[in-house]
Amino acid sequence: MRLAAVLLAAASVVVAAGAAKAQVPVKIGVLNDQSGLYADLGGQGSVWAAKKAVEDFGAAAKGLKVDVIFADHQNKADVGTSIARQWYDVDGVDVIVDTPNSGVALAVNTVTKEKNKVFINSGAATSDLTGKACTPNTVHWTYDTWALANGTGKAIVKNGGDTWFFLTADYAFGHALERDTSEVVKANGGKVVGSVKVPLNNSDFSSFLLQAQSSKAKIIGLANAGGDTINSIKQASEYGIVDGGQKLAGLLIFLTDVHSLGLKVAQGLNLTSAWYWDQTDANRKFADAFAAANGGKRPTMVQAGVYSGVLHYLKAVAALKSAKDGAAVVAEMKKIPTDDPLFGKGEVRADGRQIHPMYLYEVKKPSESKGPYDYYTLKGTIPANEAFRPIGEGDCPLVKKG
Amino acid sequence: MSSATHPAAAPATSGAGSNAMILFAVAAVAVLLVAPFGVYPVFLMKVMCFALFACAFNLLLGYTGLLSFGHAMFFGGSAYICAHTTKVLGFTPELALLAGVAFSAVLGLLAGLLAIRRQGIYFAMVTLALAQMFFFFCLQAKFTGGEDGLQAVPRRPLFGVIDISQDIHLYYFVLAIFLFGFFVIYRTIHSPFGQVLKAIRENEPRAISLGYRANQYKLLAFVLSAALAGLAGSTKVLVFQLASLTDVAWQMSGEVVLMTLVGGMGTVLGPVVGAAVIVTMQNYLAGLGEWVLVIQGVIFVLAVSLFRRGFVGEVIAVWQQMKARKANS
Amino acid sequence: MFELLGIPPQALFGQLLLGLINGAFYAMLSLGLAVIFGLLNVINFTHGAQYMMGAFGAWMLLNYAGIPFWGALVLSPIVVAIIGMVIERTLLKRLYHLDHLYGLLLTFGLALILEGLFRRQYGSSGLPYNNPLPGGTNLGFMFLPNYRAFVVAASLVVCLATWFVIERTKLGSYLRAATERPDLVQAFGIDVPRMITLTYGFGVGLAALAGVLAAPAYQVSPTMGSNLIIVVFAVVVIGGMGSIMGAIVTGFGLGVIEGLTKVFYPEASSTVIFVIMALVLMVKPAGLFGTAK
Repeated sequence: MRLAAVLLAAASVVVAAGAAKAQVPVKIGVLNDQSGLYADLGGQGSVWAAKKAVEDFGAAAKGLKVDVIFADHQNKADVGTSIARQWYDVDGVDVIVDTPNSGVALAVNTVTKEKNKVFINSGAATSDLTGKACTPNTVHWTYDTWALANGTGKAIVKNGGDTWFFLTADYAFGHALERDTSEVVKANGGKVVGSVKVPLNNSDFSSFLLQAQSSKAKIIGLANAGGDTINSIKQASEYGIVDGGQKLAGLLIFLTDVHSLGLKVAQGLNLTSAWYWDQTDANRKFADAFAAANGGKRPTMVQAGVYSGVLHYLKAVAALKSAKDGAAVVAEMKKIPTDDPLFGKGEVRADGRQIHPMYLYEVKKPSESKGPYDYYTLKGTIPANEAFRPIGEGDCPLVKKG
Repeated sequence: MSSATHPAAAPATSGAGSNAMILFAVAAVAVLLVAPFGVYPVFLMKVMCFALFACAFNLLLGYTGLLSFGHAMFFGGSAYICAHTTKVLGFTPELALLAGVAFSAVLGLLAGLLAIRRQGIYFAMVTLALAQMFFFFCLQAKFTGGEDGLQAVPRRPLFGVIDISQDIHLYYFVLAIFLFGFFVIYRTIHSPFGQVLKAIRENEPRAISLGYRANQYKLLAFVLSAALAGLAGSTKVLVFQLASLTDVAWQMSGEVVLMTLVGGMGTVLGPVVGAAVIVTMQNYLAGLGEWVLVIQGVIFVLAVSLFRRGFVGEVIAVWQQMKARKANS
Repeated sequence: MFELLGIPPQALFGQLLLGLINGAFYAMLSLGLAVIFGLLNVINFTHGAQYMMGAFGAWMLLNYAGIPFWGALVLSPIVVAIIGMVIERTLLKRLYHLDHLYGLLLTFGLALILEGLFRRQYGSSGLPYNNPLPGGTNLGFMFLPNYRAFVVAASLVVCLATWFVIERTKLGSYLRAATERPDLVQAFGIDVPRMITLTYGFGVGLAALAGVLAAPAYQVSPTMGSNLIIVVFAVVVIGGMGSIMGAIVTGFGLGVIEGLTKVFYPEASSTVIFVIMALVLMVKPAGLFGTAK
């Protein structure tokens, strides 16, 4: 059925392009994980967010004929590039959005530059997208590893959590997260007393947690993601680590992870997020509409980022009256300041990084929560100019030239 | 492409060596030469990479009777070497391919030495376990880039002069590699060496009693299969310009088994057809998300329960039946 | 790393105990595989998926029927075993006269279907299952959660009971005889096909039981089985399928070795079992407890 919908959408744009000359055709492809680990935090919710942005922008009235299609990259870089190439070459897609999974995101980043289209990433964590691998065609929206490490690390050290022990997923992503956070901890006067590298998909963390426990560190930093984070938090509760006075700091945790853990296990967890649905009236309004269309679920920061990113993209296209030259559209996106109900005022930097404040949250106790998805208490705000990696430190070639 | 392969599959595999077969081969190559003008070339290249991979795998399963559940380590391992040598060391494509193939051959030798110590199901489990070990190595090693993989591998000019950065140019290079690999496998199967392999498959003790050192033959077949799987993996790097963990994961080993099974193990063209069917399916069912896994499983179960000879195998069987009936009447 | 040499003996003791807990899962799973292999000559690739189904069974019983953990401990394995027996009767049975490889391929396909269906229905981030035995005991050298202690005890009891039934009872002697000469045993008036079906059901039930035991400790997720099953295969290759006791001892032993690796060289803890497998293959290809045929 989904396939049929995609085909139908594809067919309609062909017809429309022939019929309405006056309108500027724009085709948005939501490329994300529809079935795997990241399906809950992006998936169909991101597709909905993209469509909602088109609707709220009032695209038709402003002379844009926008179509939204989507596909599942199955978390495989080769599948992701195949789809991206085919979208750009054959299907006339102008912009790809969302795309969690750093491996796939970096691959799509390369193809997008080669074909001179636009890539607005919201779901991937790697800060390389606006660092070593930055291109004139990519904008990185919601978050990245640097912002998470910085936010969580700094805030916790300031609140007295000055000794750290890391449980690190043993691959590039985990190492990067540990490295970035360690630097922040040390820069703020904290100390890293040890770390242990945990192989991926290791479902039993008890041994590592015991090592963390005997290190006597005040904070146990979880430099991992997804199922690994969930299992380590769950088992930490089983071994009485939080009851023993040590605190867990999740470096990459989404609303959906907390939902899947349950508050009983996740309570007291500190985390950084770019967006939380229950923070402002505008957020709540967006979340209510989202919930009505998505079986009562609340949107994640990734889905909110897709909305915000698409909105800004459409502004740039409307200003240029064409979506065909990807680099030109991104240049326009960097020129006009970002402003939308969800992320507020901000800007897209020369390296493609979109800048906005980040927030520090603590997970509520079950007794404090009013119901499903009422999970976070705001603990602090990191202003936009401090939330992201300083532009000069990312080794982005675009910056050096400018 | 598929319309060309199916009807003519039977004569090609009956080993008749007749005019019909040569005619078929010429027709097939002709179709492949013009195909990229009608079909998206990147898709065709993907099919060819997997077809070569499946053919290499079939050499082991179909003609030697060894079920390897770890072929992803050769496919993906070679891909990493090819990507690394191209991107970091600046190798030209043909040298990077060679490096990838050499690596997978050596890896095949090491894995083979261990695995052929056990037979049957144990062989499958040992290869699976070795591949899993290799997967963890790739996940943790520095040069593979962990879960990010090796990205943006440049398409350098072939031999330093021929430009293959355009998809259509690259297509003909990939086609040449595919035909070369296919030819090597075809010649191997029909050589005296291939006959000995079949003898071992049918009855290993008898082959040994006839004076053949079965283990050496099996090892050689294993290394050859690994090297060709490596060739397929390296070629895939040229097409997609990346090497990632997907290629070394155990799911990839399962996929190649599926392709061979669906197409027909022990037939020359079976794996090609199987690869085309599975890749096409994945491509066009991508919108179905998690159902793809279920559908693959259902195909597995159906193939094992009802169509054990596979697509091409069934065609051959029908064709031979018809021939027999004709001869009787 | 100062932990390397400076590790106090008490902490080491704690890690050994943890290894034993993990070994309990390996032992139960490899035991089930060995029992099935012994009689059916099939490597049950679906074993991981059946382990996952056991865990999901517990979750569903709790959330749809309100049946707590202790009820699920009995009910879930029975339900999964019945599903397993249906599969044996309808699909596996038709393959016994063929090469064993087909059994492997069929069960592999089934594993894909089951994993895909559960992903489709429940997503892949997993579902929470509350710990039925919260709290724990401070042993001085470590904090032992009550639930983990229960897991080790339960799996030891189950493993030893299985060993006893197969090696020391009349029923077990029929089973062993049927493994060697099914035709003769059939001639003595024993219904061998039914015995095969029940054996498969029993092996599958063991996997599901391990799954129920895993549910409170780990997240209940569709992929929990497929990652584990490959390690269990290596365990089986190391132990050899010759003896029931072999499967149990290898399972617990490798759990302990893996546990120690997590302390001394954590980076290698996911590969250590495969390395041991390679070593065993070089020295004793039939496995530690296997008999060369």
